[in-house]
Amino acid sequence: MASRKPVRWHIAVFLAPAVLVYTALMIIPLFGTLAQSLMNEDAAGVRVFVGLQNFATLFGDALWSDAFWNALGNNTWFFVIHMLVQNPIGIALAAILSTPRLRMAAFYRTAIFIPTILSFVIVGFVWKLILSPIWGIAPGMLDAVGLKSLFAPWLGKEEYALTTLALVSVWQFVGIPMMLIYAALLSIPDEVIEAAEMDGITGWSQFWKIKLPLILPAIGIISILTFVGNFNAFDLIYVAQGALAGPDFSTDILGTFLYRTFFGFQLQLGDPYMGSAIAGAMFGIILVGVCIYLFGIQTRLRRYQF
Amino acid sequence: MSARASTGRTIAAHAVLLTYTLIALFPVFVIVINSFKSRKAIFADPLALPVPGNFDWVGYETVLKQGDFFLYFQNSLIVTCASLFFVLLFGAMAAFALSEYRFRGNTLMGLYLALGIMIPIRLGTVAILELMVASGLVNTLTALILVYTAQGLPLAVFILAEFMKSVSHDLKNAGRIDGLSEYRIFFTLVLPLVRPAMATVAVFTMIPIWNDLWFPLILAPAEHTKTVTLGAQVFIGQFVTNWNAVLAALSLAIVPVLVLYLIFSRQLIRGITAGAVK
Repeated sequence: MASRKPVRWHIAVFLAPAVLVYTALMIIPLFGTLAQSLMNEDAAGVRVFVGLQNFATLFGDALWSDAFWNALGNNTWFFVIHMLVQNPIGIALAAILSTPRLRMAAFYRTAIFIPTILSFVIVGFVWKLILSPIWGIAPGMLDAVGLKSLFAPWLGKEEYALTTLALVSVWQFVGIPMMLIYAALLSIPDEVIEAAEMDGITGWSQFWKIKLPLILPAIGIISILTFVGNFNAFDLIYVAQGALAGPDFSTDILGTFLYRTFFGFQLQLGDPYMGSAIAGAMFGIILVGVCIYLFGIQTRLRRYQF
Repeated sequence: MSARASTGRTIAAHAVLLTYTLIALFPVFVIVINSFKSRKAIFADPLALPVPGNFDWVGYETVLKQGDFFLYFQNSLIVTCASLFFVLLFGAMAAFALSEYRFRGNTLMGLYLALGIMIPIRLGTVAILELMVASGLVNTLTALILVYTAQGLPLAVFILAEFMKSVSHDLKNAGRIDGLSEYRIFFTLVLPLVRPAMATVAVFTMIPIWNDLWFPLILAPAEHTKTVTLGAQVFIGQFVTNWNAVLAALSLAIVPVLVLYLIFSRQLIRGITAGAVK
């Protein structure tokens, strides 16, 4: 049509509420926080622009950088455990669940997903109680299989606490990779599987050679979801170990570090500027991860159209 | 493949799945059964079922007397339902605008709204708190509803726009010829057709809101605005040595979510599996 259309106000009306709420509470605060990370107060308590000073302090000044690198290292380990334990278990469960004509598949699916819907508060305390040396459940069960000597108060030991909490988080979220991979496996057309069987490829080799390449995009998605979720985690550590992420900061991750810095703890006052700098660092880490996924991984994955 | 080998494989599959189901459900099971037992029985035999000999309500009595759980529950319900309503309404409207009309900046607007799927809203907490302090919304449920609406919108718009693209154009054009306004077309023709997708989005939006601890802790920690999640966290922190009360509080926090999940699990699972196929 060549004639100029009148202004279509209804488009604006449809878009306005969502765009306004989203911009006001998500985009502006996000950039506000990033801007604030470049500010600080001078001696008179006036807000001044300091450039990247806060980040230099965060990465280089021993007073801050020790805690920051510790949190970043712990967070990375937290993520590694998820990638090495949660996602393989999820994929394995999905592969078994998608066996054709498996009975009770719906029951297993529903049951295994239950931990995922529980809040961190419940999950944190439930495991704290179960692993507690006072209450005999974990030592009692190990005793029943003759391994009592293996028991240790895992959450209280510096060398085990972080790994234990990461495994608790794995227990909680294994349902998500399971479901996504399960869906991807179901979407593989029967003809492909039948053709593989005609060629004599069955069982394990069928999974490795035929199905796995076809579900790689789904594995990419669960990896980036895990990454964003892990580098943004806070609740489980806070519930199980408190804001101090004990013992001796051995379970401190970026989320708890941000919370402590921003709100202060014990005798230290909260610092919104350094808090913003930590949020800015987290933003950078997540952005880099998402970009690596979008441009480095997703575009190289071969997608098959059926 | 011989029949026997396949039977063996089926048994192995069931064994693995059953084992993992036990791992998934065992902790929840232990907490719930022990919440009905006396303090002595909790420690003497943690794995025993509650029977008349060791049965005790004392944990639940403490929780109901000490914690204001009805208020917390009400707060959670208000926050979750109101946020859900706004996410679905605003999200569907924006999704309709993006999927139905061609206008300048359409793709850009879509990308702008999708940004929030990957970047967590928590990173803006510092500025959100300042905003809420400035507008006097700290310690109100409104603050939480606003934040959760913003948090839920990106994914809602993304999923609903995908579904709305599949609504037949003939139907909408027939409506236009009959003189329906664009608003009527949206509310009376399109919305009823995407109801299944709305239900899926609802479940996805609801769970993180109900379970969130971060924003209630920061924006609304006052006694009269505590949500169930925060209330349970604080209560358990105070009663940490009263095992009966802790176990009862945990059970009370688990059961409503579990019941809702069992009602909606089909919807949720269908939603995840449908979304992932794309």
